[in-house]
Amino acid sequence: MSNTPLTPDLELPDEHYLNATYGSGIRSWLLTTDHKRIALLYLASVTVFFFIGGVLATMIRIHLLTPGGALVTPETYNKLFTMHGVAMIFFFLIPSIPAVFGNFLIPLMIGAKDLAFPKINLLSWYIYLIGGGFVLYSFSTGGLDTGWTFYTPLSSVYSNSAVTPAVIGIFINGFSSILTGLNFIVTIHTMRAPGMTWFRLPLFAWAHYATSLVMILGTPVVAITLLLAGLERMFHLGFFNPALGGDPILFQHLFWFYSHPAVYIMILPAMGVVSEIIPTFARKPIFGYSFIAGSSIAIAVIGFLVWAHHMFVTGESTYAALTFSFLSYLVAIPSAVKVFNWTSTLYKGSISWDPPMVYALGFIGLFVIGGLTGLFLACLGLDIHIHDTYFVVAHFHYIMVGGAVMGYVGGLHFWWPKITGRLYPKSLSQFAAIILFVGFNLTFFPQFILGYLGMPRRYHTYPPEFQVLNVLSTAGASILALGYLLPMSYLIWSMRYGKVAGPNPWPATGLEWKTDSPPLTENFHVTPEVTWEPYDFQNRPDLGLAAGARPLAPAHGDD
Amino acid sequence: MHRTGDLYGHFQTLEQQKETATLGMWIFLVTEVLFFGGLFLTYTINRSAFSTAFGIGSNTLDITLGAGNTVVLIMSSLTMAMAVWSAQVGKKKLVSIFLIATLGLGTVFLGVKAVEYKQKFDHHLIPGHGFDMKYHPAHPMARDDLKELALEKKEVDEAFAVDPDINFHGQLYFSLYFGMTGLHALHMIVGVGLLIWLITGSFAGRFTPQYNTPVEIVGLYWHFVDIVWIYLFPLLYLIDRHR
Amino acid sequence: MQSQLPIYPEQASNFAPQVDALMIFITGVCVFFAAAITIAIVFFFFKYHRKESTAVGIVTHEDSRLEAVWMIVPLILAMAMFGSGAVVYVDYRNTPHDTLDVYVVGKQWMWKAQQPNGLKEINELHVPVGRNIRLILASEDVIHDFFVPAFRVKMDVVPGHYNTMWFRPTKPGRYHFFCSQYCGTNHALMGGWVTVMEPSDYSAWLSGSSGGSTNPAVAGEKLFAEKACITCHVANGTGPSPSLNGVYGAQVLLADGSTVTAEEAYIRESILQPNAKIVAGYPPLMPTFQGQLTEEQIFALTAYIKSLQSQPVPAKGYGIAPPTGKK
Repeated sequence: MSNTPLTPDLELPDEHYLNATYGSGIRSWLLTTDHKRIALLYLASVTVFFFIGGVLATMIRIHLLTPGGALVTPETYNKLFTMHGVAMIFFFLIPSIPAVFGNFLIPLMIGAKDLAFPKINLLSWYIYLIGGGFVLYSFSTGGLDTGWTFYTPLSSVYSNSAVTPAVIGIFINGFSSILTGLNFIVTIHTMRAPGMTWFRLPLFAWAHYATSLVMILGTPVVAITLLLAGLERMFHLGFFNPALGGDPILFQHLFWFYSHPAVYIMILPAMGVVSEIIPTFARKPIFGYSFIAGSSIAIAVIGFLVWAHHMFVTGESTYAALTFSFLSYLVAIPSAVKVFNWTSTLYKGSISWDPPMVYALGFIGLFVIGGLTGLFLACLGLDIHIHDTYFVVAHFHYIMVGGAVMGYVGGLHFWWPKITGRLYPKSLSQFAAIILFVGFNLTFFPQFILGYLGMPRRYHTYPPEFQVLNVLSTAGASILALGYLLPMSYLIWSMRYGKVAGPNPWPATGLEWKTDSPPLTENFHVTPEVTWEPYDFQNRPDLGLAAGARPLAPAHGDD
Repeated sequence: MHRTGDLYGHFQTLEQQKETATLGMWIFLVTEVLFFGGLFLTYTINRSAFSTAFGIGSNTLDITLGAGNTVVLIMSSLTMAMAVWSAQVGKKKLVSIFLIATLGLGTVFLGVKAVEYKQKFDHHLIPGHGFDMKYHPAHPMARDDLKELALEKKEVDEAFAVDPDINFHGQLYFSLYFGMTGLHALHMIVGVGLLIWLITGSFAGRFTPQYNTPVEIVGLYWHFVDIVWIYLFPLLYLIDRHR
Repeated sequence: MQSQLPIYPEQASNFAPQVDALMIFITGVCVFFAAAITIAIVFFFFKYHRKESTAVGIVTHEDSRLEAVWMIVPLILAMAMFGSGAVVYVDYRNTPHDTLDVYVVGKQWMWKAQQPNGLKEINELHVPVGRNIRLILASEDVIHDFFVPAFRVKMDVVPGHYNTMWFRPTKPGRYHFFCSQYCGTNHALMGGWVTVMEPSDYSAWLSGSSGGSTNPAVAGEKLFAEKACITCHVANGTGPSPSLNGVYGAQVLLADGSTVTAEEAYIRESILQPNAKIVAGYPPLMPTFQGQLTEEQIFALTAYIKSLQSQPVPAKGYGIAPPTGKK
């Protein structure tokens, strides 16, 4: 094979999942059970919520330009940050990578024709829409001002905003998440192609397996907790209301039992994306495959045992605090293992500067800062000071926006040719990645300092000495916004005008690249059989690389 | 998704299809355990905080109906297991018979539950504005045992003296009672729907020793719903029962 | 005076230097790792840049020893962070005995503080320098949080619970305090100033502005009579309920055989939920006062009970556990 991966006269396949006709027009989308089409339905709907959350974030940053608040009343400000959190966390971050890329790729990656339960997959999208509908109803009729954490008794007794529909919406949306997780676990167990053993699974699949564990074990608990809070509000009951004998701290325990692991629902899939991108663009097997796979599971498991580190200053027992601080430090180790292994993969690689790689390395940079600042918050003595300040806000934005969203956008660039069959402008997207990285740091790094100086979170007005840093942060946010709008525009542009990509433009080793771009409705022309180890470029003459003709290393590959 | 006979297009073999369905149901049941788990935890914590009010609440439940329902449900698990067995060995007629028996027992359970709910409604024990722990002892109804009622009145009065908020705490008990049994009943109703679907299939002779996955996974679901009740019954009816 | 762009707040309590030391330690470790990884990535990125479009990388084999090293070294450092943080936290959560007690009540959206002599302040708190100060925190509605950045301390104020926090101011001055747990519309306005004064200034301030304020113990004594507590809790122990003389700070023997120290939280619980812990040898007669007393009235009653600490303990009719420590 001597042709270079990018031949100029490639054409889209005649028949693929996007133009396949079953039923007519819109019905063939709304009633589809094709995991790829459902993924695109999710892509469209999470983008809507990302846009809503983004507009709200912009308003927050503009408001905080002056100490007195430049834009809105306190009531409105409180609604802005609450709705920003709810839209972004429950309706963008949690479904983003799993429901879009997980849906699209897991069957392709393991060589299956579809997920195990295609109808349930479609059902989960409709559940998402119904849940989202309730939440939008809450946003448009009075808004929501409880904070995305819904702490009782503020949410269940004192708030005057539309809490009930929001809680119902999040409750319903939980089942979408549960069904997605269930589908992934079963699919990975039973639908693998011949030869696709557990240790030949792409790390993306491992990450989604771990994520799905969190989804199925955590989500029911938050669903029932929010239901109880909603019932308390509607019927004046006292589960969490101290005036009626309830315990507000019980709510926090139940809430964080899900909502801390939920952070791993957001970050583990992004780690999976990065674990795919790095070996592809370094053109060598990922370093420490089994350690990266194992650390995903370790994060999911230990992640369930750290929830009360959100409650160090609620007056919980000192022994509980010691235990949870200790366990929180343990969960840092598997994350560190991943970062070290990614870095080592670059060593002696053949590194290209293609856009997905730039995004992936940007992810590592931001995730390292986000992860390391977690060590500050897990430290009991230090947490007394920085808990509930902007330090926390900066920390979780580094993880969720710097980490999860960077991974999401990186994944979009990596798999866009597979999803649409077309390529996007290369230099523009490299530029966008750098803009995103710089804008992000400028927005959120000042907030670490603000937090240490003592600026509490969720403040619509602040003492004048905090202004300089807030203005810096707002300036960064405007650059960040550009960093999101750019990819959005050129990706949409490329859907029609982009250069045709061909089945394997990078090239990459995964099964998803062994079929057409865009793939057939049934994914593969014939069920593939896997005979190679993951991320092996040496023994893959079909990729058309130098290794096929003249091996750089002994042909027996890795052991 | 097209299908060939009983095999859906995205599966390679019937065994794979069966394994997938069974694993899916088990994982679904795991999430159900955690779903009920949140309620059980809330119940346990409140039970220990307000044992007086919860004790009185327990005593207002009808032990005969509760115990009877437990027996009915265990029986239905037996008939369900028999239906699965019959499907596996290919006794097509027995499948229908046992499924109908299970459906009958499930319906009896729901009917008894409705009677119990009605009773609580008459006694002003539905959480909300009309809730009053003292109402029933003060307003005897046609079929009440007056001696029992006098005991109940004494107990509520004693409790009221030390805990003027007994109505709030009692309401907490009854909201958890209705929440937990209501959620359980909802699962029963879903189960009844699934049984009706199975019975139609069974009349059409769909279940054979080669293909009986629907019977098996509905069976799993049905047993799970039974087990939830096995925990609910002692928690709600038996703890602190002293009359 | 700090520069225009400070990176840490003023150090004005015993905890401030300790917390800042933790900050410097963890920052040092983290900057080291972040720098090492960044340098490695940037270096590899340029050094191994692909020159030929079909080139592949050289396989490097997984090495368990290397993996072990980068699990164990971070683990050791993490444990050092855990340990040093735990020391500060345990110190913070264990209040010393010689404290000056100030009651603080949070409500939407203001703070009310009450000095030991009954002087009340709103959104202000005056404390003497060099004394151990304990704040006893209660909330009348939702969860709040009392946060003084210059002291590096905060504690949630949870309705239905008493939380306490302590610190020792080390530098006179005026410092911001904030509510740092989101509590509704005017959460951001729920703050004020802590004034740290020289002890002599503090005493002068207390006596100078105490006109009109009642000593909480006196107010509590009045309430004790008004709410008819006095009819059962007879001082000489002949009533149907235990005498409260000398009970504050003592071990109380309970009906289930266990003992409990009679501190603020226990007294509060006994007023609001009298049946939660019954004193051995006494019938559960007391009605609950849940919803009938404001947090300030509970403070006053507690202050009164505290003032009985020095009163003679009657020979009969008290719930205090015998000094032998019998269970």
